[in-house]
Amino acid sequence: MAEFRLPKNSVVQPGKTFKAGNGAKNTKRFVIYRWDPSSGENPRTDTYEIDLDNCGPMVLDAVLKIKNEVDSTLSFRRSCREGVCGSCAMNIDGTNTLACTKAISDIEGDVKIYPLPHLPVVKDLVPDLTNFYAQYAAIKPWMWTQSTPPPDRERLQSKEDRAKLDGLYECILCASCSTSCPSYWWNGDRYLGPAALLQAYRWIADSRDESTGERLDELEDPFRLFRCHTIMNCTNTCPKSLNPGKAIGEIKRMIAMRTL
Amino acid sequence: MNMRAPLARVRGHGSAKAGAHHWWAQRLSAIALVPLFLWFVASLVFVATADYATAKEWVSSPYNSALLILLIGALFYHAQLGMQVVFEDYVSTPWLQVASIILVKFLALLLAVVAIVAVLSIALGG
Repeated sequence: MAEFRLPKNSVVQPGKTFKAGNGAKNTKRFVIYRWDPSSGENPRTDTYEIDLDNCGPMVLDAVLKIKNEVDSTLSFRRSCREGVCGSCAMNIDGTNTLACTKAISDIEGDVKIYPLPHLPVVKDLVPDLTNFYAQYAAIKPWMWTQSTPPPDRERLQSKEDRAKLDGLYECILCASCSTSCPSYWWNGDRYLGPAALLQAYRWIADSRDESTGERLDELEDPFRLFRCHTIMNCTNTCPKSLNPGKAIGEIKRMIAMRTL
Repeated sequence: MNMRAPLARVRGHGSAKAGAHHWWAQRLSAIALVPLFLWFVASLVFVATADYATAKEWVSSPYNSALLILLIGALFYHAQLGMQVVFEDYVSTPWLQVASIILVKFLALLLAVVAIVAVLSIALGG
């Protein structure tokens, strides 16, 4: 059966509290999931009081401040700090999003931070994305063509056709959408998930690609594609405001139209 | 220890190249159920307050018995399609998943046939 409860060794327990220094007037509590595979202990949530007068505006600023000044054992991924790399995706205040583009001031009460849901945890806020990346590779995210390209220039695309890629090419593969999807939680081994399907549609929608039929063949599967039940968590949570739900709907429509 | 490449695991047995029919049939039967249910509920308002003889006469009229049979067919067809998806979603033990799907399909067929025979026996038996 699908697992609705955490196994015993995954039950999260209360952890340590780190007080803000004396003189801090504007503090906020950050409650962060911690798990160290080498400790043999259950996961816990540590609480860090942060002086917001001495911290940048985004959640990532606070997490970096904790790492640099309070507790260097905290593990997480980050790189660009401006919402284009997708490394710092985590579950913040109950929603998957990028720590670098989520403002602390948007969160009422304590800031609760967990790793992306329903993935194996490597350590603390670092999830194992092996399967997620393999799914991206499986949709073959490159142009498949048979005709040879012009010898003296690139393959041309009209402005109208290029506009069809807007809302698709911006995806940074942060995995926020796929890990917010219940279908992906229960069947992530066989369901490709919203991120890989949006990427698949990005190539289906590309006027220069010559293999739409083969791509649709590869996707037409009760699990790979049709596990999507239009729950729309993906679209709700996308930190880039993209619409994977619509892209999946388009793939289903195209597959249906070729048999009708 | 699983030493298989992640890509091999994701590709698995390949695409079933199926599922579109199931998806389309589920939507088609859902569309059919909308007018059928509106008609059925509206009729029940009348039939439920009438006496036994009137209700029996209502069922035996050709249009009503035909629509009842269509309703029963669409209903159980849609139900077993939907239940199959539920089992595929939530039951991850392979044999239990297959067994549940077989059971619900047979059960839906049995109940549909019983219901249709009941309508026919009223309609044809007089």
